[in-house]
Amino acid sequence: MGEECKLKDKPTIKELPIASIIMTPATSRFYKTGDWRSFRPEIDKNKCIRCGLCWVYCPADAIIRTEEGDYEIDLDYCKGCGVCPEECPTKAITMVEEAEV
Amino acid sequence: MAKRIPIEDSYAASLAVKMANVDVISAYPITPQTHIVERLSEYVSNGELNAEYINVESEHSAMSACLGASAVGARCFTATAGQGLALMHEVLFIAAGNRLPIVMTVANRSLSPNISIWGDQSDMMASKDCGWIQIYCEDAQEIFDIILCAYKNAEDDRVLLPVAVNFDGFYATHVIESMVVTSQEEVDDFLPPRKIPSFALHPDHPTSWGAVGFPAIQTEIKKQLEDALRNSKSIMNEVWNQYGRITGRYYDIFEPYKTEDAEVVLLLMGSSCGTARIAIDRLREKGVKAGVLKLRLFRPFPDKELRSFLKDYRVVAVVEKDFSAGGLGGHLFSEVRTSLYNLKQKPKVLGFIAGLGGRDIRIDEFESVAKKALNIVNGKEKMERDFMFLQVRE
Repeated sequence: MGEECKLKDKPTIKELPIASIIMTPATSRFYKTGDWRSFRPEIDKNKCIRCGLCWVYCPADAIIRTEEGDYEIDLDYCKGCGVCPEECPTKAITMVEEAEV
Repeated sequence: MAKRIPIEDSYAASLAVKMANVDVISAYPITPQTHIVERLSEYVSNGELNAEYINVESEHSAMSACLGASAVGARCFTATAGQGLALMHEVLFIAAGNRLPIVMTVANRSLSPNISIWGDQSDMMASKDCGWIQIYCEDAQEIFDIILCAYKNAEDDRVLLPVAVNFDGFYATHVIESMVVTSQEEVDDFLPPRKIPSFALHPDHPTSWGAVGFPAIQTEIKKQLEDALRNSKSIMNEVWNQYGRITGRYYDIFEPYKTEDAEVVLLLMGSSCGTARIAIDRLREKGVKAGVLKLRLFRPFPDKELRSFLKDYRVVAVVEKDFSAGGLGGHLFSEVRTSLYNLKQKPKVLGFIAGLGGRDIRIDEFESVAKKALNIVNGKEKMERDFMFLQVRE
């Protein structure tokens, strides 16, 4: 975790790095944005033709390609933006309200 | 060897930037600053200055390009005025918040509407809260010296803040004045190449700047900038003293003229100070004890210094080329008055807005401001409010 804590915890001015620069790379992976979501995408594996367009278009890099070549949603990071059902050519992805899951 | 030359004020700025050996210049031309970047582009094209010159499509991009270049550790310069500065507005805050030691000259120009290419200080005043160090200069010599000092001050580890060097459009851009040029050896000694900070952007050690600021940290982030800006004042004095020891030309937060026994002090910034001094001489010939306090540093605002300097005077008349629409007169007046308000013994502070959109403030107008201020403090005259527009036909 490390650096990510510095932004999420409550540092004093002196503990804060100059200009609050994050000194180590790739810390955003520690910040799970999945809890922003109000709708989640669900993939119908029978309709999915494994073209990978959802994986290409996902702005959050939250589509996982499995070893078998299937696609799954990484719910830790998916913000529920709805781009993947829009791009899916076979309408295999639908958005389901979180409250109903 | 230092030598004295005649030079247009804009070119004095270009020369200082060249001698500061900047790495990146990013600029978009706008009157009345155009001569500055034009001359710099000549320096780059004829090989006198080895810098990257970026022609951008707007001032928003000019400042954004400086931002990126400064973040990797380059010494950067840009110049703008009026609408150009307004277009840069949001990026100014990012440059300061990211602690990037960019130096920018602003050839102060009126804001639209109506379209006015002429000088007043309303452009920088509209962006006064952007977190930059802000200095106002009067003539070629001051512009040249202050730019060199600005880099030294901005890049100091204890500061790391951008600096805006202001001077009145046309009055202090398009005139030719006599100036002493510091030698390149002296400049190189005073201002070595920029030390690249350990956190500068580099592919080998990636860093993230300006990430999300949650409610739990944004206050600390903003206060950190405020503290840095406040602390920069003492370092600026160090730098000005060091420059003074090399060149014999010492600078300070403000510059008094015949204020010792003055009954009224005119307080102003920029090129009008020269006119005001002549007015003071004429007033003194007529037996009116008046003086001028030229303010050089506007941000960080020198409230303590002003309190200790002004506290025993009877009346201070702030004359400025800007105003806050619907607010309390000019920005400078408002802040000078606020600085003094909690003192038990304090002068009366009056504000006079003049010289908008390039209208000259004449010697006799400064004389009448001084007399009016004295009359008011002596109860012989009244003003509807504590501030007023001069020169307006009603």
